[in-house]
Order: sequence, then C-alpha cells, then structure tokens
Amino acid sequence: MKLPTRRPAWSAHAALIPMGTTVLVAYIAGILWTVRISFTSSKMLPKSDWVGLKQYEVLFASDRWATDMVNVALFGVTFITGAMVLGFLLAVFIDQKVRFEGVFRTLYLFSYSLSFVATGVIWQWMFNPTLGIQQSLRSWGWENARFDWITSQDMAIYCVVIAVLWHSAGLVMAILLAGLRGVDEEIAKAAQIEGIPRWRYYLSIVLPQMGASLGTCLVLLAVAVIKVFDAVVAMTNGGPGDATDVPTKFIMDNLFERQNIGLASAASTTMLITVLIIIAPLMYARSRSEKNA
Amino acid sequence: MNTFSKPLLTALLVGVGLCSDAFAQKAEVIHWWTSGGESAAIKQFADAYNKAGGQWVDNAIAGGDNARAAALNRIAGGNPPTAAQFNTSKQYHELIEAGLLSDLDNVAAKGNWDQWMPTPIKNVIKVKGRYYAVPVNIHSFAWFWYSKAVLNKAGVAEPKTEAEFWTALDKIKASGQVAFAQSGTMGYERGTFSAVLLHMGGRDLYNSIYEKRDVNAIKSPAFKTVLEKFKKLHAYTDAGMPTRTWNDTTALLVTDRAGFQIVGDWAKGEFINANKVAGKDFGCFQGWGPKAPYMVSGDVFVLPKSSNKDVIKAQELLASVVTSPAAQVAFNNKKGAIPIRPDVEASSMDICAQAGVAALKDPARQTPDPSMLVPPDVFGAVGDVITKFWNTDMKPEDAQNRLVAALVSK
Repeated sequence: MKLPTRRPAWSAHAALIPMGTTVLVAYIAGILWTVRISFTSSKMLPKSDWVGLKQYEVLFASDRWATDMVNVALFGVTFITGAMVLGFLLAVFIDQKVRFEGVFRTLYLFSYSLSFVATGVIWQWMFNPTLGIQQSLRSWGWENARFDWITSQDMAIYCVVIAVLWHSAGLVMAILLAGLRGVDEEIAKAAQIEGIPRWRYYLSIVLPQMGASLGTCLVLLAVAVIKVFDAVVAMTNGGPGDATDVPTKFIMDNLFERQNIGLASAASTTMLITVLIIIAPLMYARSRSEKNA
Repeated sequence: MNTFSKPLLTALLVGVGLCSDAFAQKAEVIHWWTSGGESAAIKQFADAYNKAGGQWVDNAIAGGDNARAAALNRIAGGNPPTAAQFNTSKQYHELIEAGLLSDLDNVAAKGNWDQWMPTPIKNVIKVKGRYYAVPVNIHSFAWFWYSKAVLNKAGVAEPKTEAEFWTALDKIKASGQVAFAQSGTMGYERGTFSAVLLHMGGRDLYNSIYEKRDVNAIKSPAFKTVLEKFKKLHAYTDAGMPTRTWNDTTALLVTDRAGFQIVGDWAKGEFINANKVAGKDFGCFQGWGPKAPYMVSGDVFVLPKSSNKDVIKAQELLASVVTSPAAQVAFNNKKGAIPIRPDVEASSMDICAQAGVAALKDPARQTPDPSMLVPPDVFGAVGDVITKFWNTDMKPEDAQNRLVAALVSK
C-alpha cells in the first residue's frame, strides 16, 4: 500500500523538536561519550587519553563479569518464559467471563504498582530461612521444612526470578487480555459449535492472532531483563558471593564505589552491543507483524 | 535599563553586596549522616560552626555512594559545595591530583596538626607535604563484639587469646546458640576477613598484603592459614547469613541470639538504641593483648578549591571548628566514633570508646584501614574474591591466586 504524498506537517515537526533535541543531546551524545571513555584509562574523573582495548581486556578477564553474563542470561530466559506463560494463563482465566472480573484484574495488576525495591525487600524476607516461609512452615509443625534457596549458590538467582515474575506477570496479563479481547468472538462460537477443546482453541486459533501483543510483552520483558538492578540490590545485593550479581550492578559498582569509570564504560558499551544484537531482530519482527496486522 | 534610576540600581547592587557580606561564612556541607544518631551528631558541628560566626547549610544525602557521587558531580560541574564528606581513604586522592581541592596548610599549621594527628590518618590526608582533608572522626572496622548473655549461657568468659576465642565459639555452638553472627554483604565479609588477617595473621603479614601487595606474602603458607581461619568462621554462622545486612546482624547480638560479631564501631549505635550498656550487656575488644593492633579509618571533609575569598574564609573556619577539642567530643559522643585528637577528655565516653582512645595513643598499635592503602577499584576486586571464597567451596590456593590478580597485576 502506498500512502498519498502529503506536505509535511510543520507544526508537528516543530512539536517534536524538544524531544528530538533531548534524544540527540542526552541519549546519543551520552552513548558516544560513554564509548569514548571506554577507550581511556579514566578512574574517578574522565580522562581523554587513549589506551585502546585495555579496559575491555580487563573486563573479559574478570571472573565476576563472566558470572554476571551467565546470571543475566539465566535470569532472562526463565523470567521471560515464566512471565509469558503465567501472564497468558491469567489472561485466559479472566477471559472466561468470570464474575468480579474487575477485582481479579486489579489484584493481578496490583503487584506492578510496587517498586522493585519494595518487591525485593518483601521477597527477601519471605525467602530468608530464619524469618520467612521456612520459619513459618516450621512453626506450624513441619519441623523439617526446608526452603533456603536464597542462601544457595545455585538457586538464589531463581529467587530473584520469582520476585520479579510476581511483579511483572500482571502487566503481561493486562496486555495479553487486551489482545484476547481483540479476537473476534464469532470465532470462539464457531469453535464451540465444532466441538474444539478450549485449550486447543486458545493455542492454535487465538495465540497466532496475537503477534503484536506478544511482541510488545516480549520487548517490555527483555528491557526489564537488561536493566534488572534495583530488585537484585534490594533482595540479595548480588550475593551470596556473586550468585545473583548482574551486569548493571557491576557497572554501578565500578562507576561509583570503585571509582573506575573506564571499566564501567567498557562494560556499558558491551551491554549496549549485546542488547542491540538481541533486541534488534525482536523489534524488526514486531514492526513487521504490525504492518501485516 | 531606562526604567531603573541610577541611584536605585546602585542601592540594589550595594544591597546584594551587603547580603553576600552578611553571609560571608556560609558553608554548604554535603554528607551522608542521615540516621537518628548521625543527624544528632552532625548538628553538634552545625551548632559549633554557627556559634563561631558562620552559617551552616546542611545538605544530607542518604548513602555514602550517593553523597560522594553528588559531591563529585558538583565539583566536576564547577559548582562545588563548600565541603563534602569522604571516608578517610584514597577515595579523594584523584581530586587532589587533578588540583580540585583546597590545601589546608594554614589551618593545619595554626592547629599544630603535625604534632598530634595519628600517623595513619596523616598519611592519607597529607599528599606531597600538604594537607588536603579535614578528618572529623576515627572509626575502626576490626572490633569484636559479643553478647554477655550468650557467653554466660555457654559458660565462657571474654576470650583473652585467639585460642580462647576458638574455644568460646565451640562452646557457644555446643550450647545450641549461634556462635558467630556475620552479615552477608560483600563489604562486611571483606571487613571480617581484614580483621582476621590483622588479628590472627599479625600486623606484618597485614602490611605485606595490603600495603606492599607482595606476591610472595599472598602466596605464603602463613596467609593460607589466615584464609583457612577466616573460612573456619563460616561453620559457626547461622542459615540467615547470606544477604543479611550488618545492622540486622548486630540485632542478633543485641537480642542475645548470637555470640560474636566482627564489625566496625558504628554498630555500637544499635546496642545503645536498645538501651544496652557496654561492659554490662555487651562487650568489645580489638584483638588480643595490650599490644594488639588498632585498625584506623573514619571520615573527612574535603574542601573543593575556590577562588572566592568568602568561600576560602568559610572553609578555613569550618576546618578549625570541626577539629577543635570541644566540637570533636560533642560530635563523636553522639556518633559513636572516637575523636581524631588524642588530647581530649575521654571520661565521658563508654568503655569501648575509651579502649579505642587508649589504643590510639600508642603509635605502635595504629594500623591503617585497607581502604587507606589500596585504591577503591583494587579494594573492590579484593572484595569480589573474598565474597566468592566465603560463599563457595573455593580452595584457599585458588583464592590466593585470584588475590594476586586482584592486588598485584593492576
């Protein structure tokens, strides 16, 4: 389809100038500056020397950075899968024309109104074996109850996943519910008459029609994965050891406490490139699915 | 311009001039003392400064990192505060190198700083023969604290030697109580490690590791033993340790649910807030024996360079007020720290602070905190190794190799 050629709307363009300037000055210039700093020996204050890829060598030799990348990948895969599945199931549940639909919708979305810091602290208490779920179970009589994931090197990262999942599943539900409501009801009736089971109806008929909402959710969740920081700091502060440490925490530590902005900039640049590699195909797919819709 | 008459304009300008004169000693101070006890302490400085003819403008920012970042941004952006808090460490050394801080040689000469300033502090505020920071208090990370009730229940007295300390831990554990309370955050795991290194490995080894950063010392069997002793403490901790903050950890001692904790003397505030008395409900010791080393750290104010005469005057007044004996005692009694001056009256302090003042009088006992010896990025890398060693089954030899990488090859 070809749009009819129009004269450009000058007023609209003028209105975009403040935002455009912000993007250019704050974001693009900021990114370029960060990339430049990553090639310097800057510690506390920015310097303008040139040390080539030295900061990147230090970064990739760092045991902690390697752990961080593995952690964020583990976190990303489990969190996105979990949030999509849970959000979809919640949306389907509400789509069954349940009574008090509004109440359920609010309930599910409620956790999203909390900050990550509050979420992290609450779940830290819940997971803490000496005062949370384990302690409650024991005081109710299950003396051998054991739920100490947060103290374990292997399981602590999943505690963070659960907390963030609890926080974000409601949002996925809301977006997918809007998508579900966009599906023609006649199709549901037709499927019912044909005697197609409900699960089959949702899986094979509804899901393929929801590309745009699924894409939106995916992008939002992926962004949440990349910038996960406050929940980790509030919940585990990266511990025990570096079991829940994430790249953003590495960057913030080096930027401030460790006064090593050269290394922090190299880490940020590496993150940016990683994000571009992962997000770009997603954005492309989404823009295509929107065009087709 | 035509609408203003010349006399009116002159009057306005004079008025502005007068105003700035009247507020000549205005001092904006960025600091991170925001908790109850801390604000009460900083108020002592503010009052003393106002009484001396200045005007204190308080700019409290919660969290050391945030406050330092704010100060840095202001300094780099050309709109510096009159003074900013840093730790007595290498945190502000790059600012000195970049020529961004005022030197305090006038005030230091007048106040005879060379005479009485403890050496570890002098070494970290005096660079190339000039003073660049005003120390305001002395803290120490390497204190051992204990709950008297827990020790009594286990039938042990305050350990007077390292061997007695380990026996005490065993007995407390055998009595079914938590013997050793540890915070699960990296900085406090590293703090415990440094204290174990100093008090169980000895001052020489401590200096070889942190000051000389000597590869042979890091790889030595003596240091391996230190790592093993540090790790041995893990067996005496409780399941709630990972991710627990230092103050929640101190709360275990305050409520008599754990025996020992190694933490800085800022923990004393937790005991005092719960109406616990030093020497009666809880005890403290800094290593064993009358010659035990005393680890020194604390806070300073740095004074960003300015060409404005009023600002310089305000900075000099501030520096002399906060180091004066009266303000030092008033501030530090509220803060729970000890004064930077050895020549102050110690009788109004509790027994832990008194022990600190006594230890500080002996130069042979003064030992600098690791953060005074290594720059922040290296200290952070050490912490990464220590927290991994503490929380995983990493072998001591492996930790030694990683510490060489963290301390030496940067």
